[in-house]
Amino acid sequence: MATDTQLATWEVFMQSKPGANYTHQGSIHAADAKMALQNARDTYSRRSEGTSIWVVPTESIFASSPGDKEMLFDPASDKIYRLPTFYKIPDGAKNI
Amino acid sequence: MADQNNLFKYLLRLGDNALVLSHRLSEWCSRAPLIEEDLALTNFSLDMIGRAQALLKYAGEVEGKGRTEDDLAYKRAERQFYNHLVMELPNGDFAFTMARQLLVSAFECLLFEALSNSKDETIAAIAAKTLKEVKYHRAHAEDWVIRLGDGTEESYQRMQHAVNALWMYTGELFEADEVDAELIREGIAVDQNSLRPQWQEYIGQVLTEAKLQVPADGYMQTGSRKGIHTEHLGHILSEMQYLQRAYPDATW
Amino acid sequence: MGAIQELELQLNELLEKKFEERVQGGDAVEPRDWMPENYRKHLVRQISQHAHSEVIGMQPEGNWITRAPSLRAKQILLAKIQDEGGHGLYLYSAAETLGISRDEMIAQLHSGKAKYSNIFNYPALTWADIGAIGWLVDGAAIVNQVSLQRTSYGPYSRAMVRICKEESFHQRQGYEIMAQMMKGTADQKEMAQDAMNRWWWPALMMFGPHDTESPHAGDAFRWKIKRHTNDELRQKFIDKTVQQAEVIGLTVPDPDLKWNEAAGHYDHGEINWEEFRNVINGDGPCNKQRLDHHKKVHAEGEWVRVAAAAYHAKKANKN
Repeated sequence: MATDTQLATWEVFMQSKPGANYTHQGSIHAADAKMALQNARDTYSRRSEGTSIWVVPTESIFASSPGDKEMLFDPASDKIYRLPTFYKIPDGAKNI
Repeated sequence: MADQNNLFKYLLRLGDNALVLSHRLSEWCSRAPLIEEDLALTNFSLDMIGRAQALLKYAGEVEGKGRTEDDLAYKRAERQFYNHLVMELPNGDFAFTMARQLLVSAFECLLFEALSNSKDETIAAIAAKTLKEVKYHRAHAEDWVIRLGDGTEESYQRMQHAVNALWMYTGELFEADEVDAELIREGIAVDQNSLRPQWQEYIGQVLTEAKLQVPADGYMQTGSRKGIHTEHLGHILSEMQYLQRAYPDATW
Repeated sequence: MGAIQELELQLNELLEKKFEERVQGGDAVEPRDWMPENYRKHLVRQISQHAHSEVIGMQPEGNWITRAPSLRAKQILLAKIQDEGGHGLYLYSAAETLGISRDEMIAQLHSGKAKYSNIFNYPALTWADIGAIGWLVDGAAIVNQVSLQRTSYGPYSRAMVRICKEESFHQRQGYEIMAQMMKGTADQKEMAQDAMNRWWWPALMMFGPHDTESPHAGDAFRWKIKRHTNDELRQKFIDKTVQQAEVIGLTVPDPDLKWNEAAGHYDHGEINWEEFRNVINGDGPCNKQRLDHHKKVHAEGEWVRVAAAAYHAKKANKN
């Protein structure tokens, strides 16, 4: 017979209102995706906090290494030309 | 104008179904096979307590004797309860509980969908809200019945046993008496018997997918419409009504 | 000592120093960050104990669900116990990020290696106990949990934020039950006072031993896992609860309790630490009952979990 486990873990992402980003809530255990969705619903939306749920097998999440933080994120910090405030707009121009 | 007494009785039947099954499901608290499932069973129970509250409150108003939903829940005796017998059966194992949820919620989906068109606005409103809840109950139960029917040899045996044991309590779901007949004429109630073919078809599909046998219709239990119950209901009530009966003067 | 080991040791020391600087600076620690082994161990012990407490804590209150005296009371109690199950789940989920599985945590609970809060080894005897548990036990837990919202480990802190938000109604529902009973019949008042008498001292013990006798406290503070001492939190609980008892006419069962004007706090009588130790070591009214219940449910659920996994495996093989 198969061994008894608490079943696989799934990461739960919920959207709080239509159009909002999906945010990570935590994890739950389930044998399959349908069970994972239902368990996510019963665990993380007991107070009608959501409009939609994603579940992802925990093993499918790949996380960046904290040691790579500088390499990954610092190079973006001097690219200020990506921000709208970088640009000078002539006085009087509207709707730009 | 409906005979208020018929309507009162009809509301008690609907309300008692929710009250008694919510009680059974609440007994699962801290006893489910997975903590996630504990939360799910509690949610079903909470849905049903809410439904019982709404229906019994309305029943009290229809009766017009000043009885509240709590009076009706906590101060009636066995013979004055009208829930279907299947609701009061002990939980058994998880297979039994899920099989019951499937059989009952499949019936309730059809019932409350039809009742959401009731000419009685209060019933129609309660039915519309309930329909959303029971659809979820049915989906949850359906998944479990299939998982367990088609899981291991042990889970198959348990699930088949549960379905077989429950089958003789399903005939009662579709019974109708003169109370129903009167309210059906007035467009308030639903002809339960007309729901049967759809119910059978759906249950047949699920059980087949679950690799389970659909039991043959044989002897069917009956009695709840006259307040005749199994021996189990009395024990539910002696527990549920304990404080109200031990301290009749107290409010809680 | 070989050169390599010495190098490893030096590296560890360096990492540990950097870790402590980060934590002191108020940075949250995340699952994949480097952390000292003892930090991880301390957290696993604390979070799993916390999770087990939520789950075992469902039992004493669960004892009254089927006897709740009104539909409203039943709804509230059921929703509250469900929250506790949910909170256990959030906490298991936080502990799992540290590399321990829920299977292992449950095995540790069953073997006695992992503990749960002592308070749940006391019985819920009357309906008033449901009031006392909500008001005193949840009240004490909340004081502790509010403090833990700022704990240094990210997943634990996030779980605590969520838990605190959801638990805000728990204490109120208990207090409401007590208040209602104190306005009721003589029987009800007696029941409420009796529950107060039995739960007051165990509630104070929930904060743990006096600071002078807390074995793990030093590290926990340095790592910002713990933010307030046991005695600070206990005092906070006493100060707010005594007033609440007075408002509804309950007597705090402590003859030595008196307001200390100079300190701005209530002084309280000595806690029975012998009882505390006995219950921790297994000799409490419900220790065996609570653990047996959990083991029995776990064993009875095995065929269900195995079947669900088997069904999933069958379907996965077909695709």
